Amino acid sequence: MINSLDENKLKFLEEKANEIRRLIIETLVEAGSGHSAGPLGMADIFSALYFHILKFDPRNPFWDERDRLVLSNGHICPVQYVTMALAGYFSIEELKTLRKINTRLQGHPHRAVLPGIENTSGPLGEGISQAIGMAIAAKLDKKDYHIYCITSDGEHQEGNTWEAYMFLGKNQLDNLTIIIDRNYIQIDGITENVMPLEPLKQKLESFGLHVLEVDGHNIRAFIDAINEARSEWKRTSVIIAYTIPGKGVSFMEKKFEWHGKPPDKEEAKKALDELRTLGGKIESEHQ
Amino acid sequence: MLNLELKLNPKIFEEVEQKPIRDGYGDALIEAGEKNHNIVVLTADLAESTRAHKFAARFPERFIECGVSEQNMAGIAAGLAVSGKISFISSYATFSPGKNWETIRTTIIYNNANVKIAGHHSGIVTGPDGATHQATEDIAIMRCLPNVRVISPCDYWEAKKATLYSVEEYGPFYLRYVRDKTPVITTEETPFRFGKIEKFWISKNENAEIAIMATGHLVYQALLAAKELEEEGIDVYVLNVHTIKPLDEEKILEVANKVKGIVTLEDHQINGGMGSAIAEVIVQKSENKPKMIFLGLQNTFGESGKPDELIKKYGMDKEAVKNAVKKLLTF
Repeated sequence: MINSLDENKLKFLEEKANEIRRLIIETLVEAGSGHSAGPLGMADIFSALYFHILKFDPRNPFWDERDRLVLSNGHICPVQYVTMALAGYFSIEELKTLRKINTRLQGHPHRAVLPGIENTSGPLGEGISQAIGMAIAAKLDKKDYHIYCITSDGEHQEGNTWEAYMFLGKNQLDNLTIIIDRNYIQIDGITENVMPLEPLKQKLESFGLHVLEVDGHNIRAFIDAINEARSEWKRTSVIIAYTIPGKGVSFMEKKFEWHGKPPDKEEAKKALDELRTLGGKIESEHQ
Repeated sequence: MLNLELKLNPKIFEEVEQKPIRDGYGDALIEAGEKNHNIVVLTADLAESTRAHKFAARFPERFIECGVSEQNMAGIAAGLAVSGKISFISSYATFSPGKNWETIRTTIIYNNANVKIAGHHSGIVTGPDGATHQATEDIAIMRCLPNVRVISPCDYWEAKKATLYSVEEYGPFYLRYVRDKTPVITTEETPFRFGKIEKFWISKNENAEIAIMATGHLVYQALLAAKELEEEGIDVYVLNVHTIKPLDEEKILEVANKVKGIVTLEDHQINGGMGSAIAEVIVQKSENKPKMIFLGLQNTFGESGKPDELIKKYGMDKEAVKNAVKKLLTF
């Protein structure tokens, strides 16, 4: 079980999420290309994962007993890179190399060059299958680490995703938890216009999965959902986390236009100002 | 004459034993599985016809049935492999690495996962099932990828040894197998040297003007052609190219500098296959530029039929080889 949160820890995690958002903006401006909305929307969940839920050691990234975080939708990697830097895998300075020549921070994550990345990703729909492989390996080796797989809602249009769910319906791996970033946007528009996914919960349940729904910006509720997922016996849990794409930056929120582009310098300044105000709010809310 | 130093089957021109290449895969999996408990085998609803079913019966806990989902199979294999397992994925090559090529590219090959991709039912000799099930582009789509080794064994024994070898070396392999019984060219004692091209037919005075470079089961047709040509007084070399990537450049250059013509022979499209790979080496690195004739599928799909009928119709049998050799001699 994951420890429940006291007020101080909750405040710490919310502040971390805000710091992650600020660094995402700074990193993207420096990179000059990359995805904005998805990474900002997942900052709270990444804060909760890296600073409260996951078992890992940044000085020993290949530690055998570590939990595995499989990022299926590799394009939101700025949030993972930033969070990993804050967690001590590498320096904050290295974030400036994102998407530049000779970098370890490839435009889409590459396992072979960056310790701490568990899977090379980018092409959609492939993460759950790889997470299944890791979960089977853990069972064969009688290891008790847990596998978390983050997927986007858009990649539920890939057949591979449903092949993987069908496999889980049969094989029910309870050492695997899937987190869907349900932010309703994809490159060409709103998911329900491009290719509807609803009723998503019922679809997943009909595959025999244990499905939970949570507000992806409520860190306490998310951690409770992870605990509920992990206490589920003999079933794979899927947490549908409802998030706001671009969260924290008013002019990016819920705008699919921000799926795949970075802010320019002017926009970044505005975004950072807003996030500073948000930081102040977190401070006052916890007083 | 046959290179007996390699302990090839001495009865190759008599009542030659016939055995499916795919059985070499199935038998190797059992042997490897006994020795190495990290070996896992996956299939996409083709356990028996890829000969993975014997492993499944012996080691059920290490056998994973994925149903008809080749992308999922590739991804699961990658996840297992990055967690310390050695994964074999078994399907028909048209589906894996055909249908799931990008998943293999990303999650296995670029990701450098220790997965062995077993492509079955390769070549036109898959026969009656027709062109949909005859993998004739698999060498091309795999050899174009970095970080993968590609092996196309010539018979049962070579298939078994190649499969066992792939366990010994970390990283992605593509192994190409054939459905039907094919002549057993080598013996259990024939050495398997990964990455090496071996001369199966040698010229008496080592002065043949033409070399035949063949891969897979068609090495047998090349040897039949060599024998008949010898009876007509024409000397050739026959080289068995089991490792298509990395290619034995040294041997290719050694041969290319001695001969005036090279015939390449493969049960595969000539575009992008083994012949193309050899030509890439010769064009870029050889002082001498022998003329080449590429035998294989000439930019066409196959069709239903019996294997021997098909290799005849599509110009991959001994007669086609003999004709190509004679044509090269006239240049």
